[in-house]
Order: sequence, then structure tokens, then C-alpha cells
Amino acid sequence: MDKLLEVNELTKQYSQGNVLARVTLTAADHVSFYIKPAEIFTLAGESGCGKTTTAKVVLGFEEATSGTIFHNGKPQTRKEKVWITEGVQGIFQDPFSTFNPLRTVDRYFFETVQNHILAMSKQDAIELIDRKLKAVGLSYEEFAGKYPSEFSGGQLQRISIARALLTNPTLLIADEPVSMVDASLRMSIVNLFKRLRDELGVSILYITHDLATAYYISDRIAIMFRGNIVEMGTVEQVLMNPRHPYSKLLRDSIPQADPSKRWTTTVTLSELEQEEYLRRGCKFAGRCPNVMEICKGVVPADINVDGVLVKCHLYSETQAA
Amino acid sequence: MAEKKQTILRTEHLKAFYILEMHGAQKIVKAVNDVDITIYENEIYGIAGESGCGKTTLLKALFNDIVPPLRLIGGKIYYRINWDEEVDVTTLSPEEKRKLRMEYISYIPQGSMSALNPVLKLKETYEDFIGSHLSGQSREEIFELAHRQILLLGLPKNVLDLYPHQLSGGMRQRVTIALASLLKPRIMIGDEPTTALDVVVQRGVIQMLTTIQENLQNTIILVTHDMGVHANIADRIGIMYAGKIVEEGTTEQIFGQPLHPYTQFLIESLPKFGNKSMRSSVPGSPPSQADLPTGCPFHPRCPHVKEICRQQMPDFSYPEENHKVACWLQSASVG
Repeated sequence: MDKLLEVNELTKQYSQGNVLARVTLTAADHVSFYIKPAEIFTLAGESGCGKTTTAKVVLGFEEATSGTIFHNGKPQTRKEKVWITEGVQGIFQDPFSTFNPLRTVDRYFFETVQNHILAMSKQDAIELIDRKLKAVGLSYEEFAGKYPSEFSGGQLQRISIARALLTNPTLLIADEPVSMVDASLRMSIVNLFKRLRDELGVSILYITHDLATAYYISDRIAIMFRGNIVEMGTVEQVLMNPRHPYSKLLRDSIPQADPSKRWTTTVTLSELEQEEYLRRGCKFAGRCPNVMEICKGVVPADINVDGVLVKCHLYSETQAA
Repeated sequence: MAEKKQTILRTEHLKAFYILEMHGAQKIVKAVNDVDITIYENEIYGIAGESGCGKTTLLKALFNDIVPPLRLIGGKIYYRINWDEEVDVTTLSPEEKRKLRMEYISYIPQGSMSALNPVLKLKETYEDFIGSHLSGQSREEIFELAHRQILLLGLPKNVLDLYPHQLSGGMRQRVTIALASLLKPRIMIGDEPTTALDVVVQRGVIQMLTTIQENLQNTIILVTHDMGVHANIADRIGIMYAGKIVEEGTTEQIFGQPLHPYTQFLIESLPKFGNKSMRSSVPGSPPSQADLPTGCPFHPRCPHVKEICRQQMPDFSYPEENHKVACWLQSASVG
């Protein structure tokens, strides 16, 4: 099988604190997954789960502490500019941070065209840019000569996507691309991702905490918690029938836009974050409704349950009996 | 809907605009543009709408926090401060205003850092706050109160000894809410209190709000663009668009029979689990409130637009008890 991206045992550690008390936090802990061509793969989880750290390492913005990354079978050597070499582009949460407010947005496009030698004349460059803008539902006329502040958040995000498409990437890494866009306009951007996969065969690593949009567009999904992938499989399997207690909690905690489906139980949130990171054994043991003695001391293995990977002692052979 | 509830807060033709001077010319942003709402005791009232629709400004006005460039252009705001006494909020003296804040009505801002002094430990912030509202109580009594409340609301017991930056965003928000409810206010106003919080934390915060409401039997006015949150806790919802309330009803009515085309789009566009079929956004973009269209502000984006919509703002129709909508489609006289 073709693997566009393969991540193996990726680990990234950060040191926090001061001279008197240093703590090592493992932001990404032996993370392994792959993405196929023309596929939307989601890394989902709450803040602090390691999804953004993973994205940064894959994009070459940070260096992994250990582990390997392959693009089309080729190993990524440490901090490599994969957006130049490997057809990978990034789209980030805040489009207004992506663009310098003092430059017109078209300058970024012309720069990219020049740096990658994508056109031989200004006219060709404009045609190329116009084509990419049309792919995201905009046009060159409404875009030329304008500053970022002249666009809405949603429009600017589409412009970020158009810029990412200039180099004909095979993989887009989208880190919370719609969380700052108004809820009523989110679907248009999310629908755009679907079209890019279906019409251009682009794969997308979609990083989000919004399981509803993740369900809507993903093919496969991995749920992350405090640095680990705790469940991974097709989006139907993982989101319609979650197996890991954390996946269930996450899924149940999404407020559904349906008054007949209100929450019926309350959650307890009494531990501080840092305490959870530093647990031995399963990091979810502090709040798991199904916690057992073994969970507090032994890290669960990755277990295959009907084709879904679940990192939980509940599913080990000894428990299944 | 059994017993008739008493009104706790209401507005009449409320208009609050931002008057801005830019490049020598005056720009008027009609953030709240003729709003009549009536809020009852012992209910959770949700205000939904896109960013820029005026919901934050409406909350500021309800909280009586109208500071230039925001000006009260017209209309009235009334608080019912005890059984038979309704007070016109604009006539209050600064001292009366200060007293009402926190004891009668409190405000939970978005992004909780702003409410908590970053250089004070939380217990000192509590001290400051309680001291300015409850004189004549000993420090021990005050701490008893705060401590009991912290535990009751499920926060870790050592949280008062920490600084705000030592807590996660969700924890800070919960402490802010605890503080806002400490003096048992009759009304609590929340402006996107859970936006930017993680899903599970959001649930914890929302559930904390409902626990407080059940205990105090008070009113919560909650602004959020997240319809899922409204579905989960609101009793009634007002849909706001371009400075006006365009539809209002019980939560079941709004989700079950949305009547205004904007509300219909809003409900339809939400992704739902188990359903991967195509969903579309509301077409077009919201109007600038400095440059509103004539007639109904939604008409440029409305698939059912008629000539009258372009010319005149529709009055409210009342298709069902508790359900009102401002739309020419509902008016029997228009075919």
C-alpha cells in the first residue's frame, strides 16, 4: 500500500520549570500512524494531547526527540523544510497571524510563485493564482491589491488554502483550520477540504478538537490524550462506536444540537493537567470510570479490536476472558 | 410551561450604537438596533448569532456597562430588583450600580484571564472581592464561604492558593464563575463563557452553570454561537441577526420548528453524527452594522426574499405561544 506519510514511534519531550524544579513533559509519546493518498486523516483530542506537537514535527518546525517520519517512503531528516522538498503544506488556525497586516496578500502568492519557479511571466503567474483562488471559491479580481484586514476570517482562511495549493502539494496539514471561523461559515471550508480530496487527490492531516466536523469529512481518525494515540480506526468505527473510555467521554461531551439528546450525567474535572501528564501507567486512570489496579502502574498496550487500535487494558486478552 | 414566571429583566426598543470618529468622518455601528426582550426568573435564556451580530453589545447593555464609544441611543432597560419594584437602569447612581453588580447581576466574560488579577493568588482576589461587597464579616467567615463553594462546585481544594496562570483555561473559567455566583446574584450573564475551551472541560463548565442555576433558582443569560450548547441547557433561545432579535422561542421550538430562514440555515448547517450527507453554510456573509441593508437585514442572503422584505422591517408574528418571529413569510397578509 502507498503511504504518503508514515510516522513511527514519534516522541517529543519538553522540559519545563526553573533551576529549582524541572519537569519533563512528553508532549508526543511514541505516536505512530500513516496517511494514504487522497485520504483525510484526523488527529483529534483536547488541548495538550499532542496533536499540534505532532503536526509541528511533521512539518519540520520542530525536531523529534526520537522516532522516524517518512514522506513517500523517503525518511525526513530532522528539521527539514518539507514544504519545499516533499509537497507538504500547512494551514493554521489563525489566518490573521499567517499574513503580515502591512503587506498585501497577493505579494505572498507572487513570492511563492517566484521562489518555486511556478510561472515564466507575470501574466502566467496571475493565471496560476487565479486558478488556485477559483478552486477555493474566490477570484483574482476580488483579491488583488488588498490587505489582510480587508477580508473576513473565513475568506482569509480560504486564501491561505489557495496559497498552500500553489505548489500542487500532495499533503496538507491543517491545524484547527476552522476553529476561529464562525460556526455558520465553517461548513464551506470543510466542504472545500472534501473537494480537494475528491477532485485533486490531495490528502489532508486534519487536526482538530471538533469531532463533529471530523466525522463529517474524515476517512480515518486517531484520538489523542496527553501525548498518546488511544484509539485509531475508520471514522465510522471510532466515532459511532468508541471503545476507549476517553473516546467515549469525548464523544459524549460534544453538545449535540438537539434538545432531546442532552447530557444525562455530569463529569468530574478535579485533577490539574500536569498531574495527568506525569502519571505512571495509563494517563487517563485518574478519571476513568472503568479504572482497574493495573491501569495505575502499567502503560496499556496497543490492542487490535475488530480492526480498531485501542490503547486500553479493558481489551487485553486477559480481560476479554 | 406550567406556572407563569415573573419577569426579572426586560428591554423596550433598546438601541445602542457605537459612534466612531474615523478619518474626520463619523461612522455609526448599529450594534443593538431596536431590541425588545423579556427575561424571566429561574430560566436559562440563550442568545445565538454570528460574530458581529451585536450579541456582546446587547449583553453589555443588559449589564448596564455602556461606555463611549458605545452610547444608549434609545429605549429602556428595566431590572426587577424585588417583588414589585422595577427600576429603569439608566436612572441609577454609580453607587447603586456598583451595589447591584455582583449582588443582583454578575458578568462572566470570555477568556477568563480578564476577570482574575494575574498578580494575586486566587484567595487574595476573593478577599478583595468579598471585602468590597460584604463589610462587617470576619475574614474567617469569608473564607468559610469561599472554601465551601469551591468544594461544592467540584474544584480542587488547593485552588485558592494558586495564581491564575498556574491553572488551565478551563479551571480559571470555573473559578471566575464561582466568584460570579458567590453573592447569589439573581441574574448571571455569560458572554461565550466556554468558547475556546476543550470539549470535556466545556461540558464541566456548562454543567457547573446548570448546578448553580438549580441551587440558586436564578436566571442565566448565555451568549454563544454554539447551538449545541444552547440545545443542552437553554430553556428559551433568542436568535440575533444584525442587531435585532429575529426569532425567539423555547429550545424545542427553535430546534424543532425554526421559522426564520436564518434560523433554518443555522440549524441545518450543523454537522450531526451518523450523517455524512452534504451540509451547507448560510450563503453570503453577514452585513456590516455600519452599513445595513434597507428593510429586513437578512434579505440579501434570503432564498425567499420578496419585494416587501427589501423595503420594510417585518413586525413580530406569534405563530405559537412563546414563539415569535420577525419575517414577512409569517405574515398572513403577504401571500
